[in-house]
Amino acid sequence: MPGKRLGKQTLRLSSPPSMISNASIVGPKEGEGPLAIYFDQVLKDDYFGEESWEKAESKMLKEVVKNAIKSSGRSNTNINFMFAGDLLNQIVSSSFAARELQIPFVGLYGACSTMAESICMGSIMLDGGFADAVVCATSSHFSSAERQYRFPLEQGVQRPPVAQWTVTGAGAAVLAEAGNGPYITHVTIGKVLDFGVKDANNMGAAMAPAAVDTITAHLNETGRSPLYYDLIITGDLGNIGKAITLDMMQKEGFEIDKVYNDCGSMIFDGAKQDTYAGGSGCGCSAVVLNGYIAKEIKKGNLNRVLLVATGALLSPITTWQGESIPSIAHAVAIEKTIGEGA
Amino acid sequence: MNYLKAFITGGALCVIGQLLMDHTKLTPSRVLVIFVTAGVILQGLGIYQILVDFGGAGATTPLTGFGYSLAEGAMKGVKEAGILGAFTGGLKAAAGGIAGAIFFGYIMALLFNPKSKK
Repeated sequence: MPGKRLGKQTLRLSSPPSMISNASIVGPKEGEGPLAIYFDQVLKDDYFGEESWEKAESKMLKEVVKNAIKSSGRSNTNINFMFAGDLLNQIVSSSFAARELQIPFVGLYGACSTMAESICMGSIMLDGGFADAVVCATSSHFSSAERQYRFPLEQGVQRPPVAQWTVTGAGAAVLAEAGNGPYITHVTIGKVLDFGVKDANNMGAAMAPAAVDTITAHLNETGRSPLYYDLIITGDLGNIGKAITLDMMQKEGFEIDKVYNDCGSMIFDGAKQDTYAGGSGCGCSAVVLNGYIAKEIKKGNLNRVLLVATGALLSPITTWQGESIPSIAHAVAIEKTIGEGA
Repeated sequence: MNYLKAFITGGALCVIGQLLMDHTKLTPSRVLVIFVTAGVILQGLGIYQILVDFGGAGATTPLTGFGYSLAEGAMKGVKEAGILGAFTGGLKAAAGGIAGAIFFGYIMALLFNPKSKK
């Protein structure tokens, strides 16, 4: 294993897998946001022709996986593994989608960090030589997440200003052992951190320290400067978490403000769309990666991106019992070309 | 004049609720429970009756009014049926509200599908 482990958390993929196709589906609200042009499919109705939002979410995930596989030019049968997870109890959106797709399935739970987590696991599988191609996917749905984590929408409760808006959307990426890039060159697996934030409406503040820890570990272990990247992007910290992250990174001695952004801050126009602190949910980083980032890399506007998807590892029961919110962040380095730099 | 009194009383109770939502970490469900319990306690002490006499439906329609009916019914029950009345009287007095909530809730669930917030 010499050379693959760069430190406690970061792995260098010695034969970097290629991200050969991407797909994204979003709900109507996301389709009115600033990133609308980057999404492959915008739903007119967030029921997606189903009877419940949970079914709609699972259908989004299934469709987005199918679309990504289709545009990779492969068929279900030569995708070796599907890595997916979501926010619903027992990750049913993913497993119900996998029931129909019949691809060997590895279910993951990393809350909103799932997009990066699935790419980490898929890349390691490919680099290890255990697969030729894998699909990594995740989804979230505003209305099913509200029911899961907060209150059913029918109850009509008011949202506090620090609250974020769960993205209705699903994203999938097909990674293959061979391809023309962009490549997954490094992955950094996060640790679970807890700074004692208890407010389930203020996830950005709870998750920011995890993002800072993972970014710092990644930069230290790879020896890279933040400016090596064109974009360091966290998953769904929103405006509050983004500000905390910038502040904490500065204290760690890294100036990342020139290259830093957050998917949750980018996906909605807070002033026009009444989304308060920004977007959240597994779907947030999934659609920004598979929509915006993938397309900007293809166009040549981005060459090196560090995606740091963040997850709040709470459950409704731990919130009711007054526990604080443990958080995690996983990072994936995506580079258009390999072999240069560190 | 009755309308104005009801409006002021009901509005003031709702302002208290909104202040609790905006300035405390209480969840909406806890605010609801606090309101019902506050209605029970205030009527138990005989204070809520003053609000009801002044504001009418402005005091009985908000959730504190539900607590008021429970307390009022329990006390009436004790007078009529002794100690057992303390247990049966409250629900008897609030039965209209409870049955109404279940009935109309059921009808609405049959008629409509929930929609996502915009």
